[in-house]
Amino acid sequence: MSEPDHRAVSTTALSKRFGHQLAVDGIDLAVPSGAVYGFLGPNGSGKTTTIRMLLGLIAPTSGSLTLLGAPLERLGTSLPEVGALVEGPAFHLYLSGRANLRRLDAADRTADPRSASRRIDEALDRVGLLAAADKRYRAYSLGMRQRLAIAAALLTPKRLLVLDEPTNGLDPQGTREVRHLVSSLADDGTTVLVSSHLLSEVEQVCTHVGVMHVGHLVAQGPVASIRAGSAPVARIEVDRPDAAAGIMAELGVTEVRTVHGAALGELGPVPPEKVVAACVHAGLAVTGFRVERPSLEDTFVALTGEGFDVSG
Amino acid sequence: MSAAEATAGALPRRRTVSTRFFRSELRLVFGRRRNQIGLAVLAAVPILISIAVKTSVSRPQQGAPDFFDSITQNGLFLALAALTIELALFLPIAVSAIAGDAVAGEANTGTLRYLLTVPVDRTRLLVVKYAAIVVGAVAAAFVVSLTGIVMGLILFGGGDVVLLSGSTAGFWDGLLRVLGATVYIGIGLSALGAVGLFFSTLTEQPIGAMIGTVIFSTASYIADTVPQISWLHPYLIIHNWMAYGDLLRDPVSWSQMGDGLWVALAYAAVFWLLAWARFGRKDVTS
Repeated sequence: MSEPDHRAVSTTALSKRFGHQLAVDGIDLAVPSGAVYGFLGPNGSGKTTTIRMLLGLIAPTSGSLTLLGAPLERLGTSLPEVGALVEGPAFHLYLSGRANLRRLDAADRTADPRSASRRIDEALDRVGLLAAADKRYRAYSLGMRQRLAIAAALLTPKRLLVLDEPTNGLDPQGTREVRHLVSSLADDGTTVLVSSHLLSEVEQVCTHVGVMHVGHLVAQGPVASIRAGSAPVARIEVDRPDAAAGIMAELGVTEVRTVHGAALGELGPVPPEKVVAACVHAGLAVTGFRVERPSLEDTFVALTGEGFDVSG
Repeated sequence: MSAAEATAGALPRRRTVSTRFFRSELRLVFGRRRNQIGLAVLAAVPILISIAVKTSVSRPQQGAPDFFDSITQNGLFLALAALTIELALFLPIAVSAIAGDAVAGEANTGTLRYLLTVPVDRTRLLVVKYAAIVVGAVAAAFVVSLTGIVMGLILFGGGDVVLLSGSTAGFWDGLLRVLGATVYIGIGLSALGAVGLFFSTLTEQPIGAMIGTVIFSTASYIADTVPQISWLHPYLIIHNWMAYGDLLRDPVSWSQMGDGLWVALAYAAVFWLLAWARFGRKDVTS
């Protein structure tokens, strides 16, 4: 915990055991203040368990954490400045959206009752739900429910937003709106911790990412540095891939492999044009050549050793 | 944006003592259709009794409960007759419905996790929840009693009250005694509400907590009739519930009601603390 002041969220060897299963295994999470931190990983990798520990809903089996500078024992002092969306929206079915927000605001001892109506309307307006504010929650679509949950997290000014799968159930338009909302909140200086199993949804807005895999934090850092960790891959399409692979290996290309009609390899310091020239010189019929920097998603598949499937 | 909000990020926000959350809880309990119907059912019983007694008034009855004989003499007794009948099952069910729902209901809908991250301190949540249960229990008793009083006075009239001990008290004195009996019953039901609150922290299924609480009171009634365990009887939650009849004696006999209040207080304290011990460190995964 060096520089605790510059971390909105910090954990040390945080672990949680449910029965025999170690859901979270000694993670050191570091969310810098002002960051938009993408908390990624397959379903069941321990993201939600971690978030529940950060919010004081479940107690860690071991390890420590600080939330906006407050340790676990004093989470109550920092939680008023944390807006949370945990594992989907949950409201009273038979109350309207507005009445549900009023109830949450009433429960907040730090909220000023005199400004409650105005703040509730502003939060509803911000998520585009003002027109449906007096409908019963029961009648809301999944997307509207998700928006209401985000509105609930914005009732009072927050320094940290913890959004667990905020785009679940939203249509593409809603997903875009959530991204814009996250960006605009971040522009105001709010730190955002956003979890997702869909990388593409958060990739554009994140400044930092952390990747969970079966309870471990397998990678963490600024997006650029995570991406830099993966080498560009050259793909050459030829009539004789085996011959091309041999040429590439001679040139010093690593991880060379062939697929149907093409040879691939990590270029490293080898200039790409040399690969093409060598292949042409050897009399191979080159029909295509591409150098791909792996997407963040490819990097994560490499890190987690699998796609974004459920991990046991 | 006000100055207070502008500085909110830099300074710890002001914490105030407020009844907002408690009032919100009351709105939730009494605004709920199911609870409103429950109260209507409770109110229906004295109405039905009053009509039944009125239409059969010419036929002499045998073996009717104490208060029933007196209803035609004074309408106030309708309230006591209705309370006696409903105390066995209807009132315990009403309290169980509110208490069983208190924590398990929020866990079931998932709203519990959002209350806790507001944050609502867990002890404060149990205090507010129990306070609302107590209001609900007392309100349930008063719905029965006030409906009984109104219907009784309309159909049978008021006037002086002939007490169970044979002496006569004035109408207002009698009214006060009936209201006192209602408060006493409300306190007994509040103790059952603490049991329900504890059960409500054990499960995410409110129905389970409700049924458990009803079984608790019904099993206590049954145990109270088994002579082999008479040593246990004074400690049963329902043992002294019927003692409110002592208020209708002259002079008022306080001893059993005094025991009843102590037993209720003990149940309320023990089960609230059990709920606190259970819920205080419980992992909320709902």
